Amino acid sequence: MENEVKLTVGAMVTFAIAVSALVVLPYIQVSDVKPPEGLKPYTSAELRGRASYIANGCMYCHSQQPRSESFAPDAKRGWGRASVPGDYYYDSPHLLGSMRTGPDLFNVGVRQPSKDWNLGHLYQPRAYVPGSIMPSFPYLFEVKDKADPDEETLNLPPGVAPPGKVVVPKPEVLDLVKYLQSLKHEYPVLPPEPHDAAAPAAAARPAS
Amino acid sequence: MDSAILSLLGAFLLSILGLFAFIWSLRKGLLVENPKAASAIFVQGEIGHAEDPALDPARQHQLKAAAAEPGDTDHPPSAGELADRLAADRSSAFPVFMFIAFACMWLLFGSIAGLVASLKLHWPDFLVSEAWMTFGRIRTVHLTVVLYGWITNAELGIIIWLMPRLLRTPLIGNMWIMLGGALVNIAIASGIGAIGSGWTDGLEYLEMPWQIGIFFAAGMICIIGPVMTTLVRRKVESLYVTTWYHTAALLWITMLFIVGKIPGVHFGVEQATMNWWYGHNVLGLWFTPVAVGAIYYFLPKIIARPIRSYNLSILGFWTLAFFYAQVGGHHLVGGPVPGWLVTLSIVQSMMMIVPVLAFSINMGLTMKGRMRLGLYSPTLRFMMFGGAMYFLSSLQGSFEALRSVQQVAHFTHFTVAHAHLGAYGFVTMVLFGAIYFMMPRILYWEWPFPRLISLHFWLAAIGVTIYFVGLTYGGWLQGLAMLDASRPFMDSVNVTLPWLRWRSVGGSLMVASHVVFVFHFLAMALRFGPNRAGAALFTQQPKDLEPAHGE
Repeated sequence: MENEVKLTVGAMVTFAIAVSALVVLPYIQVSDVKPPEGLKPYTSAELRGRASYIANGCMYCHSQQPRSESFAPDAKRGWGRASVPGDYYYDSPHLLGSMRTGPDLFNVGVRQPSKDWNLGHLYQPRAYVPGSIMPSFPYLFEVKDKADPDEETLNLPPGVAPPGKVVVPKPEVLDLVKYLQSLKHEYPVLPPEPHDAAAPAAAARPAS
Repeated sequence: MDSAILSLLGAFLLSILGLFAFIWSLRKGLLVENPKAASAIFVQGEIGHAEDPALDPARQHQLKAAAAEPGDTDHPPSAGELADRLAADRSSAFPVFMFIAFACMWLLFGSIAGLVASLKLHWPDFLVSEAWMTFGRIRTVHLTVVLYGWITNAELGIIIWLMPRLLRTPLIGNMWIMLGGALVNIAIASGIGAIGSGWTDGLEYLEMPWQIGIFFAAGMICIIGPVMTTLVRRKVESLYVTTWYHTAALLWITMLFIVGKIPGVHFGVEQATMNWWYGHNVLGLWFTPVAVGAIYYFLPKIIARPIRSYNLSILGFWTLAFFYAQVGGHHLVGGPVPGWLVTLSIVQSMMMIVPVLAFSINMGLTMKGRMRLGLYSPTLRFMMFGGAMYFLSSLQGSFEALRSVQQVAHFTHFTVAHAHLGAYGFVTMVLFGAIYFMMPRILYWEWPFPRLISLHFWLAAIGVTIYFVGLTYGGWLQGLAMLDASRPFMDSVNVTLPWLRWRSVGGSLMVASHVVFVFHFLAMALRFGPNRAGAALFTQQPKDLEPAHGE
């Protein structure tokens, strides 16, 4: 075992096995996944909002992967049914997330469709959810004495806006809210097929 | 065929294969101990000469007296072989100094970013006026800086310092290594700027935009070239286990990074499996093997006794290489990914107990009856602490992968605590110890204020303990609250708050320890304090200092 060739080749073989198992096989298995019928591609405003979501690191506190009822009460919290690979057809990069410092957002568009609520909550989360530890995002808004005629102002709960001023959302936060509103994955899907039962499940597909 | 028969058949084949492996290892004599290979880190006559370059001469003497055992000879170590080591050290001094200096700078920067991110979780309106200050960016800056800036630079420094030493061959291709180091650090600095300004690839651990990642990959390739050339032109016949770990890790991280960063290939949930394959392998195939390799060198070196079992260390290497590479899927338990993949990763996570036990038994037996030497040598204390935390964090990680534990721990701060036990309690503490050992040999200058080393150790050790214990408990409460559908979501936030505050307390102690460490490093580099070891960087050593160097 004193041989550097053995070392290098051995290290690369174990590495290749891992790449095959965790990267290549999933690639092959999900490469033919089709988007579910109920899933719409993002609009360009929603895509800009998604880019904001990524740039500001929302996914470090919010997951986008509700789990099945046998595993966790995600559905009971209104986070939606368990997600399937097809739900992510238009997602690049993926935003599955690894933390739930805040709630799962995969169906936040269903749960919280109000534009005013979402904008105000981004401006000051604690005005809507007492005890929330989500950061406020004042840099996504402009505070002015008076809004220009073509600008919309935020309808904030009393006492949240600086006294005598109005709060105007910047375009990027308007897009971000459009993205949040678009997060709806209520359409029905078949449960993930067991591997050896692939054929009957495929035959049953038109039923959905 | 149903799954029960398949798994029985699998178990049968596996045990037959295991039997053949056992017979093969018997024939190869792998079950007979190999003390010669275990002693490869010592020159002739060096065993019994305990060495901690971070100590002043008086304490050095105390350590030596305490480490003496019956049967030691008084022969001085072989001067010729020491000259080889001196030449090897001198050949690598400048690149290693560069990596360690970058690492120290990034450590300070990254841990302050981490503390700010920690404070933000319980003071949510703290520093929110600018986009770059928001939690999502500061947290990511912290991660990128400590992972790539601190740990990666420090580990490159250790690899490049130990490689010529263990091969007893001067380092070849210094200029390439310096170029590689420059490229790697340009990539890290630009990556941080990009993340701060909102330009990110958006995948955890892989946030650095791929355009910048090209520099990182090119830098790593520039470093691999000279290391492999030195390896091929070595003077020693057999490779010590540290070289195994370090060479393999260098190749792994480069391949990992390139596969993870290829633009336009990964999609949807496949991207998620790739993401966690990468995320866990950065720890498993880069941080861990380099730190484990460093313990395999520094720990026996300080106490001047070979490790107990060389073959056990090789078993540890191959099982780590095989099992650790496949554990990443456990980050997606319950997620929308193929079930077999998660199961495979959980099984391999449990199998990780094998290399961890191989390491721990080996180190435990090597240190048996010699634990008290930790009282004399702070460097050894860092190594012992790191080794113990490797055992604990890996064991915790194996059980954390189980579905029943994940049900509670997944998506909570419990995981964050676990990550810090591994990356800080284990890896970072080992890196500290290694830097304390290496620097006097690189700069030919002693640590000016040895008491600061102890202060650093205790601040860091107490800090990470508070961090880990508090956040683990808080994270578990958070998980239980989230699993209980009758409790509102905000309960899971409220129960963590006291523990998030304790995390900031622990984090402050860790940052304070880094201030001490980096101050001490600068004081040494700028040649403050009493000069005891003499001669500056790059000047020839006077002949009479050479034997002292190898003591």
